[in-house]
Amino acid sequence: MTGGASADTALDRAFDVPGRSLWADARRRLVGNKAAVIGMAVLACVTLTAILAPLLSPYPYDATDYGLISCAPDWWPGSGAMCRAGGEHWFGTDAVGRDLFVRVLYGARVSLAVGLVASLVSLILGVGYGALAGFVGPRLDELMMRFVDVLYSLPYIFLVIVLMVIFNRNFYLMFVAIGAVEWLTMARIVRGETLSIRQKEFIEAARAAGVGPFSTILRHIVPNVVSPVVVYVTLTVPNVILAESFLSFLGLGIQEPLTSWGVLISQGADQMESAPWLLMFPTLFMAATLFSFNFIGDGLRDALDPKDR
Amino acid sequence: MAHTSERDRLSPAPLFQVRGLDVRFATPDGEIHAVRNAWLDVKESECLGIVGESGSGKSQLFLASIGLLAANGRAAGSVRIRGEEILGAPERVLNRLRGSKIGMVFQDPLTSLTPHMMIGTQLVEALRTHQHVSETEARRRSIELLELVRIPDSRRRMRQYPHELSGGMRQRAMIAMAVLCAPDILIADEPTTALDVTVQAQLFEILRDLKRELKTSIILISHDMSIIAGLADRVAIMRDGCVVETGPTDGIYYRPQHPYTKSLLQAVPRIDREPGARKPRAVSAPPILEVKDLEVGFPVSPDSYPFSRRKSLRAVDGVSFEVSEGETLGIVGESGCGKSTLARAVSQLLPARGGCIVWRGQDLARIGNNDIRKLRNEIQIVFQDPLASLDPRRTVGQSIAEPLFSLARGLSHSEIEGRVRETMARVGLEPAWINRYPHEFSGGQNQRVGIARAIIVRPRLLICDEAVSALDVSIQAQVIDLILSLQSELRIALIFISHDLSVVRRVADRVLVLYLGRVVESGDADAIYRDPRHPYTRALLDAVPVPDPDAERARPRALLNGDLPSALDTRASLAFLKSRMIDDSDAQQYRPRLLKVAPGHFVAEFDGMSEPLAGSQATCAVA
Amino acid sequence: MTSFVFRRLLGVIPTLLVIVTLSFFLMRLAPGGPFDTQRRLPPEIQRNIAAAYDLNKPLYQQYFIYLDRLVHFDLGPSYRTKDFTVSELIAEGLPVSARLGLGAMAIALVFGISLGTLAALRQNSAADYSVMSFAMLGITIPSFVTAPVLMLVFGVWGVKFLGHDISLPVGGWNNGAVANLVLPIAVLALPETAIVARLVRGSMVEVLRSNYIRTARAKGLPEHLIVLRHALPPALLPLVSYLGPAFATLLTGSLVVERIFAIPGVGRYFIEGAINRDYTLVLGVVIFYATFIILLNLVADLLYAALDPRVRYR
Repeated sequence: MTGGASADTALDRAFDVPGRSLWADARRRLVGNKAAVIGMAVLACVTLTAILAPLLSPYPYDATDYGLISCAPDWWPGSGAMCRAGGEHWFGTDAVGRDLFVRVLYGARVSLAVGLVASLVSLILGVGYGALAGFVGPRLDELMMRFVDVLYSLPYIFLVIVLMVIFNRNFYLMFVAIGAVEWLTMARIVRGETLSIRQKEFIEAARAAGVGPFSTILRHIVPNVVSPVVVYVTLTVPNVILAESFLSFLGLGIQEPLTSWGVLISQGADQMESAPWLLMFPTLFMAATLFSFNFIGDGLRDALDPKDR
Repeated sequence: MAHTSERDRLSPAPLFQVRGLDVRFATPDGEIHAVRNAWLDVKESECLGIVGESGSGKSQLFLASIGLLAANGRAAGSVRIRGEEILGAPERVLNRLRGSKIGMVFQDPLTSLTPHMMIGTQLVEALRTHQHVSETEARRRSIELLELVRIPDSRRRMRQYPHELSGGMRQRAMIAMAVLCAPDILIADEPTTALDVTVQAQLFEILRDLKRELKTSIILISHDMSIIAGLADRVAIMRDGCVVETGPTDGIYYRPQHPYTKSLLQAVPRIDREPGARKPRAVSAPPILEVKDLEVGFPVSPDSYPFSRRKSLRAVDGVSFEVSEGETLGIVGESGCGKSTLARAVSQLLPARGGCIVWRGQDLARIGNNDIRKLRNEIQIVFQDPLASLDPRRTVGQSIAEPLFSLARGLSHSEIEGRVRETMARVGLEPAWINRYPHEFSGGQNQRVGIARAIIVRPRLLICDEAVSALDVSIQAQVIDLILSLQSELRIALIFISHDLSVVRRVADRVLVLYLGRVVESGDADAIYRDPRHPYTRALLDAVPVPDPDAERARPRALLNGDLPSALDTRASLAFLKSRMIDDSDAQQYRPRLLKVAPGHFVAEFDGMSEPLAGSQATCAVA
Repeated sequence: MTSFVFRRLLGVIPTLLVIVTLSFFLMRLAPGGPFDTQRRLPPEIQRNIAAAYDLNKPLYQQYFIYLDRLVHFDLGPSYRTKDFTVSELIAEGLPVSARLGLGAMAIALVFGISLGTLAALRQNSAADYSVMSFAMLGITIPSFVTAPVLMLVFGVWGVKFLGHDISLPVGGWNNGAVANLVLPIAVLALPETAIVARLVRGSMVEVLRSNYIRTARAKGLPEHLIVLRHALPPALLPLVSYLGPAFATLLTGSLVVERIFAIPGVGRYFIEGAINRDYTLVLGVVIFYATFIILLNLVADLLYAALDPRVRYR
């Protein structure tokens, strides 16, 4: 084609009809899902306040104040016998006088960080293993999946506990250990999707068009596998946060002076009768965040793979 | 929008009466108006054929009538059976009618039968819901009916699960289940679409017998006018939710009034008509593709012991043929005959286990990687399912350009884009649609995209693997026209694979008939269609219906009985040469030779064959 | 069918072997031994103890000794509780944990399946949304929150129900008295019920959309027959596959519940053993639970085959 033709082409382009990709469709559906949108908004708020934590409260998260032990916030309803914290203790104080508000926000930092990093670990492990299993021949794939089946039988949390005990509650190990809890399901999902995509006719068509194996993976397989992976990662985060809080409850997770929602909740549960705000606020924040992730995950699932609900 | 060819005299209280039926669906993408103001009558013991392409609303009309609409559907209007209004009736009333007064048979028998319940249980349940009979009596009647629909060994079948039966048997069981309570009406929604043509012919005989013996009215819904011609007394044509024409069968087929009906009849490929003016064939052009004794196999494990002996499924078992430049070879056969496997082996998407493929003088078994790329430039393939063969995440422009990116290195982006637009225009697509996605197009348009992708590299051989089988009749005709015009313009050799013999009649110069991986007959299209020799070819041709009611009614009984045998059983391929068969399903069997019966016309040996002429097809020169 | 069972049984053994080996070497990797935290003992006594517990032999020999004992169902002595063997400890805690676990599982299945089915049948209605909201709550709120809350409401404050005062004990086992069982089982069952309900609802919705349900309707079958006979068995299949992981979740939950309610079950021993580096005890519990889950998976597979005939003859 000569230069004249490319001028025509430029002109043609002006009249091109824009296409409506599947991603655009999915975005539209997601935005229309009220629960998911609310979830995203809540999550954004929580994340923002967590990041801005030092700016939002004058109290450092580990500053004790033995004059204000287990004091309710000023606006807490109830009779006068209770101690009032006063000042800017929006959520009151805990058993050693630390401000609960800032501790909840710092706890958010830790819990969210654990959630994201551990999910990332499970993502990398799961996708790597699952994609590999989906690509190698059927014999090796069967072997790899039997291994996964074996691991599935292990009561995983128990192993995590053992690990945390052995390596003395190492902070970084916790990320890896918790991430290792979820990778199995991710591996299964990725392998299943990879296998099913590989059998689709458009992969054959790509081969007939001379596309090499590496380009096929990059151009055709990855974009089509991304959807279920994204959905699953979003749904993994709340499970990870729960797992961390569980460990912290048992005393094997986050250690002092750092704090997480799990630690706060466990401390609050001890004082539930006398100082219910200590349990209430961290629980509320954690529940709201977990709800948000779940709504967003469900919304993503419906948006990316719609069946008439 | 009813356009009737003659005023239908309404006899007093027709059995089934639809007046002004309107069906709408609420979807996230807006409202879909599936059926618009439909009018229909069905009399006693009459067969009404409903013809329509996809989106015509033919199925939804009847699903709505008996209250089986999906949750997001709304129906308005009137539907009466024997004068009793049933549209919008409470579930109680509908349940009384469904199964006992109205029976329904659906398209896909595998998914339409409950997989975890035995056939017998499902049959008995259908009977005992409506009639007070004992379990024993119900079983006895079920067995009776299974025999009526010609399921052999019916007592044993009662205790089997749906997945243990073949497709044809499942559909027969569905029919038995639907007529168990002797309903007044049987609605059959595309009952044979998923079945092979020989099985289809048997099924139609069963329906004919049922109509005669049980006096049931039948409503036969199909997209295929040929199928309806033999059974229906009256026909209704539907389009876009409207009934555009109704009338007696002869009137519709021989004297159609509505332009749509006429165009449908025009577009239907017919096996009994000569293909019309064909281009003069190149006089003995040398073949550019020679396939000799090709064998392609798959290892399958009949059971899933981890290290069990793997049997080999011989999908292609010694096939030989040639194609010359500009020529069209049609390959026909039913499911399991290996035609798709053959296509993929020739285009090097599957490895061959034996035999040779010689392309323009070069043996493909020996080519290196670089030559594979050159090969893909020259041999291209169009797949069956237009939507599945396109990556849903890429625009059609990207999909069409893909071969150019890999095979024609050194073209600039604007050059590639120019070629894509040019090719799009050539196949009848607006170049302005280059950025759209497959899900925004119809099936026919997507198939044009597939064709564009195949021809953009100017191949010398185009393999169409059931390329038009998934398309509506009118679109099918257009796409066939497109393929033929491309072929003559670009001088492409064409291998056209299809199970639909009528379509192949239209396009092929020469024809190859496959059965269980082997060639049973090959020769000029005219010779094969006019003078088939092999019993399988004859049975196949006999089973194909034509849109001609008189011809269909005069059709003799089917020649083949039963379903296609399993390819794993080595005795199956000797079904027509039983004299040489070793009665062991694993033994290495005799391979029937291809013998010449006329110049260019070869037939596989069969029992009762008359003396062949001298000379047989050449075999592979093993080097 | 028998070959199917046989093959699955064969598959159990290597799985167990892997788990045992993994656990064994994992525990040995831990720095420090079981007697480190006690006061310094004279070297001779240390040697004697080491010899008595086989700690002085090379690692692989210890492994084989352990395997040998295992085959005889001898899980070895508990390092910390001098007078008991691990088997005895487990046997002591087992009936307690079993009652808790089975009770919770039964409740979860009964309520979960019923609620899930109800939600699916009334899809997108108020009933559906409330069931799903409840499920969401049950999944996101951890058991160490629900436990103290329930304890507070039913135990400390007391609740009036139909004119009676209901006050449940907030802890202790009391030899398995029903009143003591109610709260722990409730806390344990809640997240499980939520998960089961969600699972069943999802799969039931799918099944109700299938072609064979449409055929059943076209036959004129009444709704209850369609749901019970045609829809429920295939809808329960994903649940059956989930049984193994379901129990694992239950075991995890039992750790919390047994601690909060001070119930002398196996879970409590596990935590104490982990903190005290009681090798044999921890190993013993892990192996015990793993074996249980593996056997449960086998039962689940058999159940699956019973519900889906297509699997049987593969």
